[in-house]
Amino acid sequence: MTNEALIATISQIEAEAETRLGAQYVETFIPAARLHSFMTRIKEDVTLAFDYLFCVTGVDYADHLQMVYHLESILHKHVLVVKVKTDGRETPAVDTVSDIWPTAEFHEREAYDLLGIKFNNHPDLRRMFLDDNWGYPLRKDYKDDIHIVSR
Amino acid sequence: MNELKEVMITTDEIKTDEYLINMGPQHPSTHGVLRLLVQLEGEIVHNMQPHIGYIHSGIEKMTESLSYPQIGHLTDRMDYLSAHQNNEAVALCVENALQIEVPDRVKYIRTIMSELSRLASHQLWWCVMGMDMGALTTFFYGLRDREDILDIFEETCGARLTVNYSIPGGLMFDIHPNFQRDVKAFIKKFKTKLPEYDRLLSGNVIFTERTKGVGFLSREDAIAYGVTGPTGRASGFSCDLRKHQPYSAYSKVNFNEVLSDVGDTYARYQVRMQEMWESMSIIEQLIDNIPEGDYAVKMKGVVKLPEGEFYQRVETARGEFGVFIVSDGKKNPYRVKFRSPGFSNLFTINHIAKGWKIADLVAIMSTFDLVIPDIDR
Repeated sequence: MTNEALIATISQIEAEAETRLGAQYVETFIPAARLHSFMTRIKEDVTLAFDYLFCVTGVDYADHLQMVYHLESILHKHVLVVKVKTDGRETPAVDTVSDIWPTAEFHEREAYDLLGIKFNNHPDLRRMFLDDNWGYPLRKDYKDDIHIVSR
Repeated sequence: MNELKEVMITTDEIKTDEYLINMGPQHPSTHGVLRLLVQLEGEIVHNMQPHIGYIHSGIEKMTESLSYPQIGHLTDRMDYLSAHQNNEAVALCVENALQIEVPDRVKYIRTIMSELSRLASHQLWWCVMGMDMGALTTFFYGLRDREDILDIFEETCGARLTVNYSIPGGLMFDIHPNFQRDVKAFIKKFKTKLPEYDRLLSGNVIFTERTKGVGFLSREDAIAYGVTGPTGRASGFSCDLRKHQPYSAYSKVNFNEVLSDVGDTYARYQVRMQEMWESMSIIEQLIDNIPEGDYAVKMKGVVKLPEGEFYQRVETARGEFGVFIVSDGKKNPYRVKFRSPGFSNLFTINHIAKGWKIADLVAIMSTFDLVIPDIDR
């Protein structure tokens, strides 16, 4: 599917999606409440068939956190970047997509560990690399006086 | 007579309790500090939880205070056996973001070096796999041949493992005058050595008994779990980025994507063995045709990426490696994510190893070719 057709199809499926062409891939912003149903839809839809989730990233923007999902369709060879903003940074939470793509379970655990984003309905949400009482090091306001020398 | 009857109990009546053992973090077959918490009943694996983070080095956090040329140097500490491909991924990502076109010479040399890295990585994988399964001879064979590639690396860029060769804009140095001669001599020699590998291990009865029909991964599961590289291709998941999204000089060479639809431990072994032949073929097609020209383009003293998000995917020896850069226009990136192939591959092992014996778990782990710093980052 071409990028233009992809943008048109995504807007048709999800009215609240803001879709645009980024530097490389088509990017779409989805409201957190609509994430799970949207993700299920684009996996099941035969014309989209996004069956391969190859990257899950959490990003800290000062007033909110964001999850970025890179998806590819093995059959159609098109790529889509799905972004979802969390509500604030105190108790950020989004729905898990690990029931749709099993690989997400571990990438989400990593995002939970390093950024403190909670994933609703996640089967096994534990810290992955760090201790339970450690902070969230990939957040921009993370302070570590011993290991991080600020210049 | 009664006493004898008491002894003759059937195996069905023998019950053992489930118990947990720690495999690692200092276990030779985990190839680094990886701890597997294995739930066993007798010898049968019921469940397995990988515990990682023992050598988590916070590379993603460190990148946020480093400049773009500096980031490349951290990436060869991640998957140290695919150091060149990791460097290349960062270099390509920055070049694409700045819309810099590197000379053809750079593309050719990068491709040759990538394939040499892949060969060296697969050689080490092969010799360690043999050792995991109790064949120490393979270890000496593999390391002997890998030495030749490391010598070429040393001559080219001064380092044997952490090469730091690809930088944004081109290469650190031009190739050594002996480079082409040495690479050709290595290929000629290794073509006679690779059949030895097959004679030593591939047909060995003990080896085939322990690998054929053991540890299946289906194509659907490979895609769902994001298993890439030779491991994914052994399950029939056509995921070779060199073929599907050619970068550097891969569009200029003919090679086959090695695929198997069996998906067992032996298929994963065979895919890597065949890939070594393909890598040699790629190098042979390029080595005599390296174009003349500059080995790097002139870059600005301070590299600043335009505001935006940039993603680059490359095929390392272990699978798909991704660099995701979020830039806010400054000289440091706002956020960098490294999508490492080992991370996604590791978490499939529990799915595969359930129901197999603990000795099979070692064989399955071996064919996943895990490098722990790649997982931990």
